[in-house]
Amino acid sequence: MATRRDFLKGALAATGAIVGAGGTAPVQARETHTVPADALGLLYDATLCVGCKACVAACKTANNNPPEFNTVDKLWDTPLDTSGYTFNLIKMYRNGTMEAKDAETNGYAFMKTSCMHCADPSCVSACPVSAMTKNPVNGIVEYNPDKCIGCRYCVLACPFGIPKYQFDDPTGRIGKCELCRHRQKDGHYSACAEVCPTGATLFGKTSDLLAEAKRRVALKPGTTTVYPRGKLGGPDQNYEGLVGNYQQHVYGEKEYGGTQVLKLSGVPFEKVGMPNLPPYSSAATSETIQHTLYGGLLMPVAVLGALSWIAKRNVKPEDGEGEQS
Amino acid sequence: MSAHHAKPAPVGGSLFNSVTLTAGILIAIMAAILLVRFIYGLGSVTALNDGYPWGIWIVVDVMIGSAFACGGFSVAMLVYIFNKGEYHPLVRPALLASLFGYTLAGVGVIFDLGRWWNVWNMYWPWSVNFNSVMFEVAICITLYIVVMWIEFSPVVMEKFGLYELKKKIGKYMFFVIALGTLLPMMHQSSLGTMWVVLGTQVHQLWQTPAVPLLFLLTAIVMGYAVVLFESCVASSAYRRSIEMHLLTPMAKVMLGVLAAYLAVRLGDLVVRGALGSAFNLSLESLMFWIEIACFVAPFFVIGTENQRRNPARLFVAGILLMLAGSLLRLNGFLIGYDTGGGYHYFPSLPELLVTVGMFAAEVLGYIVITRRFPVLPRETQHA
Amino acid sequence: MSASIFDVNRESLAAVESRLQMPRREFLQFCATVAATLGLPAGAEAAVAKAVESAKRPSVIWLHFQECTGCSESLLRAEHPTLEKLILDVISLDYHETLMAAAGHQAEAARKDAMATNKGKYVLVVEGAIPTKQNGIYCKVGGHTAIDLVKECAADAAAVIAIGSCASWGGMPSTIPSISGADSSPTGSSGVAEVLGKPVVTIPGCPPNPYNFLATVVHFLTFGALPAVDKLGRPLFAYGRLVHENCERRAHFDAGRFAMQFGDEGHRKGYCLYKLGCKGPETYANCPTIGFGDTGESSWPVACGHPCIGCTEKGIGFQKPIHAVAKMLNVAPPLQYPRIDETIGKGSNFASAAALAAIAGAAAGGAVMLAKNLGLSHQAAELEKSKETQSKAEV
Repeated sequence: MATRRDFLKGALAATGAIVGAGGTAPVQARETHTVPADALGLLYDATLCVGCKACVAACKTANNNPPEFNTVDKLWDTPLDTSGYTFNLIKMYRNGTMEAKDAETNGYAFMKTSCMHCADPSCVSACPVSAMTKNPVNGIVEYNPDKCIGCRYCVLACPFGIPKYQFDDPTGRIGKCELCRHRQKDGHYSACAEVCPTGATLFGKTSDLLAEAKRRVALKPGTTTVYPRGKLGGPDQNYEGLVGNYQQHVYGEKEYGGTQVLKLSGVPFEKVGMPNLPPYSSAATSETIQHTLYGGLLMPVAVLGALSWIAKRNVKPEDGEGEQS
Repeated sequence: MSAHHAKPAPVGGSLFNSVTLTAGILIAIMAAILLVRFIYGLGSVTALNDGYPWGIWIVVDVMIGSAFACGGFSVAMLVYIFNKGEYHPLVRPALLASLFGYTLAGVGVIFDLGRWWNVWNMYWPWSVNFNSVMFEVAICITLYIVVMWIEFSPVVMEKFGLYELKKKIGKYMFFVIALGTLLPMMHQSSLGTMWVVLGTQVHQLWQTPAVPLLFLLTAIVMGYAVVLFESCVASSAYRRSIEMHLLTPMAKVMLGVLAAYLAVRLGDLVVRGALGSAFNLSLESLMFWIEIACFVAPFFVIGTENQRRNPARLFVAGILLMLAGSLLRLNGFLIGYDTGGGYHYFPSLPELLVTVGMFAAEVLGYIVITRRFPVLPRETQHA
Repeated sequence: MSASIFDVNRESLAAVESRLQMPRREFLQFCATVAATLGLPAGAEAAVAKAVESAKRPSVIWLHFQECTGCSESLLRAEHPTLEKLILDVISLDYHETLMAAAGHQAEAARKDAMATNKGKYVLVVEGAIPTKQNGIYCKVGGHTAIDLVKECAADAAAVIAIGSCASWGGMPSTIPSISGADSSPTGSSGVAEVLGKPVVTIPGCPPNPYNFLATVVHFLTFGALPAVDKLGRPLFAYGRLVHENCERRAHFDAGRFAMQFGDEGHRKGYCLYKLGCKGPETYANCPTIGFGDTGESSWPVACGHPCIGCTEKGIGFQKPIHAVAKMLNVAPPLQYPRIDETIGKGSNFASAAALAAIAGAAAGGAVMLAKNLGLSHQAAELEKSKETQSKAEV
């Protein structure tokens, strides 16, 4: 017979089990990962970019991507945003009369959109089948279509909106920049950096690129300095140019633990589509919750034990889940 | 309270009526659309785009659909964990609805997956990413579907007279039930945890580390709400009396859990300092207030004992809470989700028709099973 | 202009023919070419023909200072009209140190004579930069400094035209050497406008296309006024656009195809030379439009595979290194250039919204009906119960 006493006993036992399991499981807050020591990446300097889109064309060629048409004449590759077929794009910030380059008011500016190769990628944390992985040595975030189930959780998770899915293809895959890792064996590096005429996109080790970015940000606007092109540490293609008016912030130094692609801009980053992110990653927050609740399956097993014990007392085996009377 | 425990029996009657025929047509339309989807790709039938990669197939069919399917979990918890045996007659119908809800949610995931042929990777230990919330949700749901079929098997065995088998399985049923209580707690809360990694893309009125608790509590509440809804609809449709003596006290339990949920929800908003944004004029704040209103209104609809004796009020309260829980999920994953870049999403007509078809399949399945299998208590004549 | 070339009467044309020793067809071709170069509307060639046919040839005084005579040489390569036709029959070139027969004091006397006879009506053309350091002693002709000469000649001129970059803004001689501390050219070379202290028409280029100069002169003859100029005095018909805007390789720039090194595959395919330092994006000139030497479009630096060096622009030509990256002066991205926030994705469409509304409506309607029925049956049940209890109580 069900009595109030039995009910209270059951409830107490269940609660005790949950709290007990929770107490024993150590609450390890998962720290936000940092950029690996040998990480490769890019430095994009918006003040040097002239919007020539050589990088867009080079990326398309390097990845065998088809053009995307958004105009009536359908003659030019004119993507509006990165997509499953466009891994790199230059977008333009416009304000007022658009007279001055890199001016926030009545000016225009360019901003590159491509994978940031985060230190603690949300997409890697989200992917249930490890189709998105981070290379432990060079930190490149890699995609494996053979494991991918096309759930698009990575598309949802990325704060920069980078991984994109090919919706028009029944066998579609996710597409994003992978720093041209498939060209490394031929001695090439990122195609966008290779063709950039002004050195706005520069390839190299992230630690070196960060030092270069900080050097530029500290310079006085209007003075002359030397700008490298192509690859840091590669054949010398540098040239002299005027220093622009930088925002005193290297984007990607601390955001979500850091990104391997760094950016410099004359216009505030939020206005050019780069979100304001805290130094702790959302992947760390998500995984902390999961590990706290399910780490080592301690709590689930303990709760299951308690529930089984209670259920055994309450379920009459001879009736199965039949009636009680 | 033991006088009213009648044995479950098939309702009987014809399977062909306007409801089942309509459901059949809707399912056929859905099948046709799905054929196009598999031949030409997701983009050919859905309005999904790069800014909204998840649409109503995931948020409604899977997430809300599975939350609606929590009736079985909520009632089983009441009967077998809290030992409220008097609710026993509610178990089978609730379990049936849950069974269909989850099975169809699982099936629904498959046709939203872009590379569905690789789905076995989800169960291959050397492929999986144990840190992924979605992985845990997928495993738990898969396991839970199996568990529910086992829990429901006595119904099938009774229909086909396999009483020996039923007794054998009965010995281990307690463990299956325990699993059937643990698993929904895990995956329903984790369905909420899934939006934590989205970071600031989810509006601050919803983004919180407390989201697993919010989803768990609303899942339990929605489970009871669905039982209220289904009891009223099924009784009305089959012209049977409603088990008011069970629903009335159950509604009180529901309100208790609801009160706990509201405390956590509002407390969390205050602690995070996010409540202020609810007073800006925006689509998000409007949807937030509608959601809160739907959660709070039941206290006015069935707040008193007398009100809880009125089936109409119970029915309305059930709908309100089903709506409220749905809004929590819809708001967090779709309406309050913004990845920047000026993207818009509104489901396309074929997309909508597939969702409608899914729910039609659940309704059809429920009708067929209840009419032919011993699920609902045999109608006894009142004195 | 409704007048056409056919309105010029036959007598005038015959007179021109004999005077200029030019077949009528060739003459009309010349007028048409000049009108086209000036960008004048159809029919203007008639006005040009009329102006040229008039008997009085305007006097032109041509001074040379710090120059290489390249501008004169460029004029010598003109074909329509040929230079001898121009100087003998169209204008009266009364002083030109390279072309005139006279020399020394005779030449100077001829100049003074022409200036006095045509006072207020002659055209002064200046070729070459004018040194200004130490009172301009670095260039003297006939004992007079360039500064004095230009001031003297400009005083009574009807129009002053500075031909070539040197006369326009100082050109090559005005280059500041790359020596630390240097902030001006060795002789302080300046353009005509700077020395005179007033704006003049400038035809920069090194050398400029001769037709830019010829068209300007003929415009003056035809309309009695100089063509519209920009703030540096450059005729807009020739210097109103950047080289980048009319460059035949612009499509390669827009599509991101660049030559990276001389002789590489891109260079051989004729790709854009921006990366090699082409100054087209910051240089105003019409070189890609009309080419040089009457040999068609392939006769300007970029067409030959060498980046533009910006020879018309002060501060760029001869000052900025040839392979230094140019600044984009006029960024006119096509309308298709994506914004930071494009509107993408279909918003609500009618069919879907209507279907959703219909479903919601049906569901709401059904729910309301069911609730009402439940309420009514509850009411009835309550009524029954109260009757029962009432009757029980009565019993």
